[in-house]
Amino acid sequence: MIEIKNISKSFNGKEVLQDISGTFHSGIPNLIIGASGTGKSVLLKCIVGLIKPDTGKVYYDGRNFTDADINLKTEIRREIGMLFQGGALFDSKTVEENVRFPLDILTGMSPQEKLDRVNFSLNRVGLENVNKKMPSELSGGMKKRVGIARAIVNNPKYLFCDEPNSGLDPQTAIRIDDLIGDLTEEYSMTTIVVTHDMNSVLGIGQNILFIYQGRKLWEGSNKDIMHSGVKDFDDFVFANKVMNQIREK
Amino acid sequence: MLFKTIGRYFIFLGALFTNREKFKTYYKLVMEECVLIGIGSIFLVVLVSTFMGAVTTVQTAYNMVSPLIPDYVIAQVVREMTVLELAPTVIAIIYAGKVGSSMASGLGTMRITEQIDALEVMGINSISYLVLPKIVASMLMYPLLVIVAGVCSLVGGYLVGTLGNYITATDYVYGIRFVFQEFSVFFALIKSVVFAFLVSSISSYKGFYTRGGALEVGVASTQAVTSSVIAILIADYLLAQLLVGG
Repeated sequence: MIEIKNISKSFNGKEVLQDISGTFHSGIPNLIIGASGTGKSVLLKCIVGLIKPDTGKVYYDGRNFTDADINLKTEIRREIGMLFQGGALFDSKTVEENVRFPLDILTGMSPQEKLDRVNFSLNRVGLENVNKKMPSELSGGMKKRVGIARAIVNNPKYLFCDEPNSGLDPQTAIRIDDLIGDLTEEYSMTTIVVTHDMNSVLGIGQNILFIYQGRKLWEGSNKDIMHSGVKDFDDFVFANKVMNQIREK
Repeated sequence: MLFKTIGRYFIFLGALFTNREKFKTYYKLVMEECVLIGIGSIFLVVLVSTFMGAVTTVQTAYNMVSPLIPDYVIAQVVREMTVLELAPTVIAIIYAGKVGSSMASGLGTMRITEQIDALEVMGINSISYLVLPKIVASMLMYPLLVIVAGVCSLVGGYLVGTLGNYITATDYVYGIRFVFQEFSVFFALIKSVVFAFLVSSISSYKGFYTRGGALEVGVASTQAVTSSVIAILIADYLLAQLLVGG
């Protein structure tokens, strides 16, 4: 479980996040949603420690990550897997080397154990016979799947996904969402997904935190989104024509 | 602003040595960088230094108008210029343009495509992991490139001097050996290690803190070369003053 308490962050005097608190549970996908530019990715970066919040704390299973010393921070980070928006695969390494990378650095596994683990992770995300390909030879959806394989290869306790289905066709996007949902349940991970895709919200949004202009405006599950009673949230949800049609029915 | 940048640069250098990975990891990375830097630069270094030696010979011969000055002085001038300045300093400027810009753009691209963030999230000290091998490899390979440059420059001077009838082979070899001070070579190697450190660390710093997109990667690459060249020239003067100055 991850808890955030009173997170605020400003850049050059502009307040991007204002006093955001929330709890992200293990075993279910937790979504941070909101329109572009509302601070979702900044919040995610504050949670994983890529950006230091001005105020507030982040707790990983009760461990204070924000004020942790370098050793505890490293220990927690080694329990994290993260899928970046563009995949963030290392250009100079093959798919196999990319996925194996956390194992090379963080574990003392034998080469065969590593290879087995890499193949297991690649199979888990539905990729086969791509071990020797370079990232530049992969499609957008394949890059995301390799990114997920790399994120889960070391059995992380916490999985973070930044816009996992941006730039993907609807079918591939749904496949990626389902994969994230399945992996979260299977490994009891604490998963946080940043997205503005309503398909993701409907598909895997079991715990949703809605950010509007840097503030948390609404929290609930995909079952509650039709009746939130919050105007700005409704504007976001029903901006989509399909969602509007569903509401009308 | 300048002081802030310099302060940040020193903090960056400090981070090279904190929270490092296993020695084995660095060994492999250093070897890869050595191959990239060495093999990637050797052709340009040989080409430039050979022509530098050749041109220096022609220019010196052209300016030696007094019959009282013996011909072997041409070779002596070529040797001194090559060992003291042309090989370590001029090649360092070319090295900054080739290797420095490549380091800055490589790290800049890694930054804007979130590859550096990916390393940080895994609990890896990205500065140490990415930059330390570049600096070590640079400090190992650049002195070797300077030695190659020195030899090629003298050979270039010999070929043009003898084939162009500016100087006889005997006079050239005599001039090369005439009142030779071994310290000059030692001095050139000290300079090469310092320049290699400056080019690799400044270029890595510029690339590592790139913000924005493809345009900013280009800007970081240009700044890396400009800052490295300025640092080389300042360090060249300071070292000359410190080691051979009155």
